[in-house]
Amino acid sequence: MSDQPSRRHFLRLMASACGLSFAVPGLDLRAADQRGDERAKSFLTIWLGGGPSQLETWDPHPGTRIGGDVTAIPTTIPGVEIANLYPQVAEQLHHVSLIRSLVSKEGDHERASYMLHTGYRPEPTLVHPSIGSIAIHERPSDGVEIPQFVALGAAEFPPRGGFLGDRFDAYRVFNPGETGQNIKPLVSQERQGRRMANLELISKSFERGRGAKAEQTLHQHTVDAALRMMTSEQLKAFSIESEPAELRAAYGDSPFGRGCLVARRLLEVGVRSIEVSLSGFDSHANNHEVQAARSRTLDPALATLLKDLVERDLLQSTIVLVTGEFGRTPTINPLGGRDHWPSGFSCLVGGGGLRKGGLIGATDPHGDETRPVDPIEVADLYATILGRLGVDYEKEVITPIGRPMKLCSGRPIERLIAGT
Amino acid sequence: MTNVRSNWGPTLAPLMVVAGLVVLVVSAARSSSIPARPTMPAAVTSDISSIVAQVDQLFADQWREAKIEPALPADELALFRRLSLVLHGTAPSLEEIRRFETDYGSDRIARWTAEMLADRRFANYFTRRFSRFLVGAEEGQVLVFRRDRFWAWMSDQLHANRPYDEIVRAMISERGLWTDKPEVNFVAAVVNEGVVDHNKLAGRTARAFLGQRIDCAECHNHPFANWKQSQFEGLAACYGELNISPVGVEDNQVDKTVAPYRLQDRVTLNDRDVVPAVPYHEEWMPSEGTTRARLAAWVTHPANRRFDRAIVNRVWGLMFGKPWIQPVDDLPDPGDEHPVPTDLLDVLGADFRVHGCDLKRLITVIAASRPFRLSSQHPSFETGENVELIEQVWGAFPISRLRPEQVIGAMLQASSIKTLDHNSHWTMRAIRFFKELDFVKEYGDLGDEELTERAGTIPQALLRMNSEFAAEWSKSTIFSAAGRIAGMAPNDESCLDNCFLICLTRHPTAEERATLIPQLEGTKGDDRAYVVEDLFWTLFNSPEFCWGH
Repeated sequence: MSDQPSRRHFLRLMASACGLSFAVPGLDLRAADQRGDERAKSFLTIWLGGGPSQLETWDPHPGTRIGGDVTAIPTTIPGVEIANLYPQVAEQLHHVSLIRSLVSKEGDHERASYMLHTGYRPEPTLVHPSIGSIAIHERPSDGVEIPQFVALGAAEFPPRGGFLGDRFDAYRVFNPGETGQNIKPLVSQERQGRRMANLELISKSFERGRGAKAEQTLHQHTVDAALRMMTSEQLKAFSIESEPAELRAAYGDSPFGRGCLVARRLLEVGVRSIEVSLSGFDSHANNHEVQAARSRTLDPALATLLKDLVERDLLQSTIVLVTGEFGRTPTINPLGGRDHWPSGFSCLVGGGGLRKGGLIGATDPHGDETRPVDPIEVADLYATILGRLGVDYEKEVITPIGRPMKLCSGRPIERLIAGT
Repeated sequence: MTNVRSNWGPTLAPLMVVAGLVVLVVSAARSSSIPARPTMPAAVTSDISSIVAQVDQLFADQWREAKIEPALPADELALFRRLSLVLHGTAPSLEEIRRFETDYGSDRIARWTAEMLADRRFANYFTRRFSRFLVGAEEGQVLVFRRDRFWAWMSDQLHANRPYDEIVRAMISERGLWTDKPEVNFVAAVVNEGVVDHNKLAGRTARAFLGQRIDCAECHNHPFANWKQSQFEGLAACYGELNISPVGVEDNQVDKTVAPYRLQDRVTLNDRDVVPAVPYHEEWMPSEGTTRARLAAWVTHPANRRFDRAIVNRVWGLMFGKPWIQPVDDLPDPGDEHPVPTDLLDVLGADFRVHGCDLKRLITVIAASRPFRLSSQHPSFETGENVELIEQVWGAFPISRLRPEQVIGAMLQASSIKTLDHNSHWTMRAIRFFKELDFVKEYGDLGDEELTERAGTIPQALLRMNSEFAAEWSKSTIFSAAGRIAGMAPNDESCLDNCFLICLTRHPTAEERATLIPQLEGTKGDDRAYVVEDLFWTLFNSPEFCWGH
């Protein structure tokens, strides 16, 4: 901790020298300037939609019956190899830990996405909140005028607030790099002024005889908050024009690459929860080609993101989780594809004070054993993450139907926590 | 041949577009801005006065006991909008409002209710609402689940007013292919990775048809209610014969000596057989037929009051924006006795059953009841006193957030002077269908939880304020309502009046006129169009537009 001020000072100096700005202007400049452990923690999910193959990403078994066409390359974690499709991530892997033995019982995209977003299996009586929603519900950010939970990209099953309420749904930005959709007024300032003045008039009519009830709708409150957001300086976090061309190129000129860069900018403002999604991993046919194509987008973006966060001293305050809804079968089907596989798939997790360079679990290189070594339940992963975010994950909340429900049913994975 | 095609295509395409536009412009120009239909809704024949009086008496007693004065009756135009939003999922068109305003006959609300129920829009909209609790909001497995076919089938049933118990029996017990026998999609909706989720089906059956949440008993005895895990398992086993194959939904009855449902015990982890059983009154279950058919008969048995109470609470919820008992599918145990009904659900449930499980009659009765016809304004809401009490005893019509379908439905309807219904051009209907899907997705789908009380969100406010939806449907063009009102209204007063009627189904107040008329005065061309567009935008974004009241 003692080196924090000087390191921060150095980083700021370096940033100004490079023409960069650490803090996208916001209300709470002091908070935005904080770095390292003193900064409130955020949660960033890199969501790989469709089910990435563990064998073509972080858990290759080259040369075996199930190995497919990849080879393995060494990484910066001694003794750990990943698929050769990810040479840039291999250089940054030591910043995070690798779990090769996630298990779930959900093999359907929608149900599994629910499971991997919430830590709970879907059930008919209630909708569980996503981990990102829990984070903003329990640890709201001060001074953030833009949404505290942002989902970048066109994910099919975006994270939701569930029984916490749809106020805790992620704010969706379908085309990252452009200012979030529906942010800019569609008419001139003069016309916008006329519209707002008229709105006040019409709203007053509605309040007549309904005062207390009209107030409870929070209609005016949400309109006011939307207007604050529309004029907030923090909106600049959604744009990447001010970022150096080399950095933008390093992230990759793709919606996902831009999304990762926007994610970093949102983290700087203090946004608590972010999800950046990359879909297209559902490789029931031509698995290798599909997975390889995705890697060309994911590898540079993820590697640059990790590097960028480290260089800006933001990884210490940001938990990064890279996962999809499940993995893919060890066996390759007659179409050259791999099918859904929730028994032993991989994720990367790190930052926010979690252990770096760890490895948990292993899968059978021959594909005979369906159960991985050292299986890790999704709920346990989330108990670990929520704990690091400073959330009392065991807290019971009363759901709208009167049923008490723990925020998370898992237990923290001690091996993932730094210093243990 | 290929060459000929490629040469003609580019030549003809622009010509066809121009020709199409000419036809559209001419037809638009020839139609008057406010067309009128001469006929008015016919007199209502069914007698509901006795049951309505019974319901009204219940509320009169309730208000007297609570020592409160209920709200005044709602203005009839407000009631007209309320009915349209509830039954058609959209605000009424200017065309309909004009007809309504010139209908001077007696009982016009009753006659218009009947007309709305006879309109296909009712069946289509209620189908969407019903499908939420019948087949869920999730996408399901497309190979064995066809939501579109289910929608079409359910809409036909509701339009024909098929007895609700018959509809339910068909859904629970029918066999066949999901395209050919769309009712089987009720069970096909729970198929996951080719495997029937019996637990989900049992839970859904109890919640949708009996108003009972026994899902918790899937893993343990229900902590609050008197439900045992064994009862849940028995109910799930009623679907044990169910088989999904390429020829559709079937029932396996090969070996009657073997229990069709086997599950893994959560404690011992050993497999054990479970015999199909119902949680209460097994004597209502016939001994013959497939287990599903027997279950269907038990669920809809005339003595099974839970069945009637469940649908009454559901329909009440859809009409008021909040159910009589919340949550909508977790009703208290009604007991086994058959007392003289004094509870609202029993009163309406008994009438529903006696009249052949007639959904349209149930809706008609609720729409005619005094609570439905109350204003949402109340003096207590101004003073802030007794607000909760007024709400508890339904002393004023509740204010509830409109569903996204209702918001976009009302916006779309407001973009047109003519009624958008099954008589509209197919392109308009297609636009409505797809725009609605897009809007609901972006506004935030409430899933199965659509009858819980919620406030609005910031992204929703942004969507209404700045999205293409709001811009598109308030835009002034030669086809749009905004454009036609701006260009053809005879004077400023009429222009303002039409904007309010088409968006809010009311006339502007004196204060609104005093402020807004000067904005229109002396404007023409684009300037006038902008004023009208801005008015539409304002009205779309007002709480009055976005909230049921």
